[in-house]
Amino acid sequence: MSQPEQRDEVEMLSLMLLIRRFEERASQQYQAQKIGGFCHLYIGQEAVVCGTVAAVRPDDYLITAYRDHAHALARGTSANACMAELFGKATGCSRGLGGSMHYFDREHHMYGGHAIVAAHVPLAVGMAFASKYRNEDRVTLCFFGDGAINQGSFHEALNLAALYKLPVVFICENNLFAMGTSVERSTSLKEIVDRAEGYDIPGTVIDGMNFREVRNKLAEIVSSIRGDPHPAFAEVRTYRYRGHSMSDPASYRTKEQLEKYRLDDPITRLRAQLTREEKLTNERFDQMDKEAKETALASVKFAEESPDPPLENLYDYTYVGT
Amino acid sequence: MREITYRQALNEALAEELERDPNVFLMGEEVAEYNGAYKVSQGLLERFGAKRIIDTPISENGFAGMGVGAAMVGLRPIIEFMTFSFSFVAFDQVVNNAPNMLTMSGGQFNIPITFRGPNGPAHQLGATHSHATECLYANVPGLKICTPATPRDAKGLLKTAIRDNNPVLVLEVELLYSSKGMVEEEDVELLIPLGEAEVKREGSDVTIICYAQTVPLALAAAKTLENEEEISAEVLDLRSIKPLDLDAILNSVSKTHRVVIVEQDRPFCGVGAEVSYRIQKEMFDGLDAPILRVAQEDVPMPYNERLEKAVLPSAEKLIAAVKKVCYA
Repeated sequence: MSQPEQRDEVEMLSLMLLIRRFEERASQQYQAQKIGGFCHLYIGQEAVVCGTVAAVRPDDYLITAYRDHAHALARGTSANACMAELFGKATGCSRGLGGSMHYFDREHHMYGGHAIVAAHVPLAVGMAFASKYRNEDRVTLCFFGDGAINQGSFHEALNLAALYKLPVVFICENNLFAMGTSVERSTSLKEIVDRAEGYDIPGTVIDGMNFREVRNKLAEIVSSIRGDPHPAFAEVRTYRYRGHSMSDPASYRTKEQLEKYRLDDPITRLRAQLTREEKLTNERFDQMDKEAKETALASVKFAEESPDPPLENLYDYTYVGT
Repeated sequence: MREITYRQALNEALAEELERDPNVFLMGEEVAEYNGAYKVSQGLLERFGAKRIIDTPISENGFAGMGVGAAMVGLRPIIEFMTFSFSFVAFDQVVNNAPNMLTMSGGQFNIPITFRGPNGPAHQLGATHSHATECLYANVPGLKICTPATPRDAKGLLKTAIRDNNPVLVLEVELLYSSKGMVEEEDVELLIPLGEAEVKREGSDVTIICYAQTVPLALAAAKTLENEEEISAEVLDLRSIKPLDLDAILNSVSKTHRVVIVEQDRPFCGVGAEVSYRIQKEMFDGLDAPILRVAQEDVPMPYNERLEKAVLPSAEKLIAAVKKVCYA
């Protein structure tokens, strides 16, 4: 398959808006106790996954950690299926059996939704191994947070990927905090990207608040891998506006830091770029935002009205037949 | 039928399944160029090439996880642990990723993976290398576990495990790799279903339930009991721990009314605890004596040979337990 056509930037902005409005709605529903368990919001980081999907093919493998709502939405999972999953309903993207941290969507090549920090990084390497085994030119996109880089499985996975020259991009979404522990307090290296060098994997630093930079640099990385399978590492510097999860007031960081990143908001930034270039009017933006809000609101209604997974199917997903 | 070793039987199973399905590959430490730490994969690299017989660095979590990922997208990995004692380093992949994926994804991703290698105490390997892991893994929904004791079972169960669409653990026995037994000719497709126990010796006075390395032990004890005590012991080899063949167990016990379970794992929450619970639940009135268990002593494995012997189940301990339930 050829390279993807450049995806329309206005559409990608619209996707970022949908993700943000969806998560704001999820946050509200969580507070209303309609959503159980843990709920980790991606607000502020939208350009990372949206810039990435804009740079790759829809059939490239994508796998991520537990902050995964945006990754499914960006891949094409409907807001309805995403919200219904949060509500634990049968119509959810994992039939209500996975929850916020375990979104899956085979049809859209979204391979989870993995909630043990860094445990999915070896999985990504295995998926890339399968591509190479079958002589396919798919690339695996493996997202994880800065908290993952000190887990053993991360290090084992990077070594294996480099050793076997597998087509995988390790995308570290560095939002500066692993739950409440800052990178300085967790990591011996000053620059996360330097981890890659230790495994002879090329590393790139990307401004994760800038959609265009994420897309352009990822497109470069992915195209270098396509014909010549090898791993690559991208440290994408970003910021989450909300706490680690809904129960976290984020008192470990300053208001000033949050404000600094809010001023650099990825949606505002792409909007300004497009407006300046006369590709987007205020009216169009307002319309897109209105639609995103409506879609998010409608997903709540859909989730509320959806049935629970049937009790009689409780044992249906433990084993499959042979 | 012909006589081959347990090791050769496993080797044939691997070769036949690699031959049959191009999506099958074998990955693990020393499986390729070294021909396997226990020579189970002897000759496979030469025959199938480095693409499908893959040496790994010592990174159990990493390559077990790779297997899970490859299985998510359609391959059928066979992951060898040099011993299941090392699988603890990959516990998160075996317990948290492989068996949970199907449920977590609402049925979208099954994981057709085989984890195999020697399991259970061997000889004087000390505490870290002597773990019998079956009771730990049997606690995990989504995993299947088989424990072959003969070359025939080793071949038939491993082939079935590789074809199964779920994660299956094939727990082999290091001490039996060189043991011999009769197996069908190579041109006969030998598939033994998971979850089917087998009566390895018929008897009428007592049922000895065993698996893996306690099977030869039980057969030897049964012979002694016949010759010296005139007790006729039926030896039932579970072959699979999960699914458990409860019907076969109840069939045998309804004939003998007395049970001793001899297991290679530890007593606390061991396999025998579950088996005896199920027997008393289903046929309390059919028992003529309390069920006894012979398991390891509940201590980390000592290196000293005499102490190790004292920790392990033995024919003497088994015979004493059988005599007790027979009030002999």
